[in-house]
Amino acid sequence: MIYGVVILAVCFLAGRMLGESLGILLGIDANIGGVGFAMVLLVLAVQGLEKKKWFTMEMEGGVIFWSNLYIPVIVAMSAIQNVKGAFSSGLVAVLAGIIPSAVCLLILPWLSRLGRKQSNPDESR
Amino acid sequence: MEFVTNLLIRDGLVIALIATGLILLISSWASSTFTGGKIPGPAIAIFSGLLLAYIGGTATNGNDGLADISLFSGFAILGGSMLRDFTIVATAIGARFSEIKKGGWTGILALFLGIVIAFTSGVLLAAIMGYRDARSLATIGAGACTFIVGPVTGSAIGASSEVIALSIAAGVLKSIVVTIATPFVAKSIGLNNPQAAMIYGGLIGTTSGVAAGLAATDPKLVPYGAITATFYTGLGCLLCPSLLFLILQGLVG
Repeated sequence: MIYGVVILAVCFLAGRMLGESLGILLGIDANIGGVGFAMVLLVLAVQGLEKKKWFTMEMEGGVIFWSNLYIPVIVAMSAIQNVKGAFSSGLVAVLAGIIPSAVCLLILPWLSRLGRKQSNPDESR
Repeated sequence: MEFVTNLLIRDGLVIALIATGLILLISSWASSTFTGGKIPGPAIAIFSGLLLAYIGGTATNGNDGLADISLFSGFAILGGSMLRDFTIVATAIGARFSEIKKGGWTGILALFLGIVIAFTSGVLLAAIMGYRDARSLATIGAGACTFIVGPVTGSAIGASSEVIALSIAAGVLKSIVVTIATPFVAKSIGLNNPQAAMIYGGLIGTTSGVAAGLAATDPKLVPYGAITATFYTGLGCLLCPSLLFLILQGLVG
C-alpha cells in the first residue's frame, strides 16, 4: 500500500515543481497547473505500471484511500472559508462573486456542443 | 476537565476527522430521509461546512471560519491546501487518459474564455457601482476570477488595500456560489460527462468551488474538472495584471 502512496506523492511533487518552474519562467508568483500536471503524471504512471503488471491491488489501495478522503477534505475546506467576511464586505463583492459565475455557467452548454462537434464532425448538431 | 480540553486541542486533526465524519453521516441520513436522495449527501455536508464556517466567523470574528474555534483548529490542516491538492491528485486514479485527451482543446478554450468573461463582467459591475480608475476596476475584475488572482493583480498594479480586500471577498463568494449552485444547475447545463466537466473546470476556475461543486454533483467528474481548473489561477495571474489591465487602461484612459 505504501508504494502506491509513494507513487502518488512523487507525482504530486513533480507536478507541483513543474507548475512552480512554469510560474518562474513566465515571471509570475503563482503555481501554474501544478495539480493538473501531477494528475496527468499519475494517470500515465499507473497506465505504464499496469502494462508491465507491476501495479498491484495493494498499491492501488494506497491511492484509492487518499482519493476517498477527498470529500471529507472538501467538507473541512468549506468549514474554514471566510464566509462571514465575504458576505459582509459589501454589494460590489457579492455581485462580482455571483454574476460572472452565472455567465460562465450559462455558456457551458454552448462550449460543450462545440467540443462534441469537433470530436464527431459528422454529427449534425 | 482541563486536561481533556488540552488533549482535544493537541489532537486537533483527529477531532477534525471525527467531526467531518459525523457531518457526512448526518448529511447522508438527511439526504435519504428528507430529500429521497435527490440532494446528494456530500452537497448537504459541504453546505453545512459553509454554514459552520459562518458560525465560526461570527463567534470569533476571525478569518478562518470554524478553525478559529480552538477545539476545531484541526480543520485548518484537514481542509488546508496541501491535503486538498493531494487528494485531488489522487482522484486522477479514476480518470482515463483518453477522456482527458478528448476534452483537451475545448478545455483550453474554456480557460481563456473563463478568465476573459469573469474579468470583463467584474470590471463592468465595478464600473456600474461607481469605480472609475483602471487599477480598482482591474483588481475587482481579477477578483471575479479567483480569490488568488484578485490580490496578486491588485498588488502587481498598485491598487488600494480596500479594493484588494474587496477582490478577495468577491473570489471567496464566487467559490461559495459555485459550490452551492452547481448540483442544482448541473442537469440543465449538461454537466454529466468528462468533457463537460473539463469545460466547466476551465470556465469557472476557482479550484475550491469546482472541487466542491463537482463533489456535490458527481464525484466521478471531479478529476476532469480539477485538471483544467488548476491552470486557471496561474493563467489569471498571468493575464489580468498584464494584457487585460493594459487593454482596460487604454479604454479608461
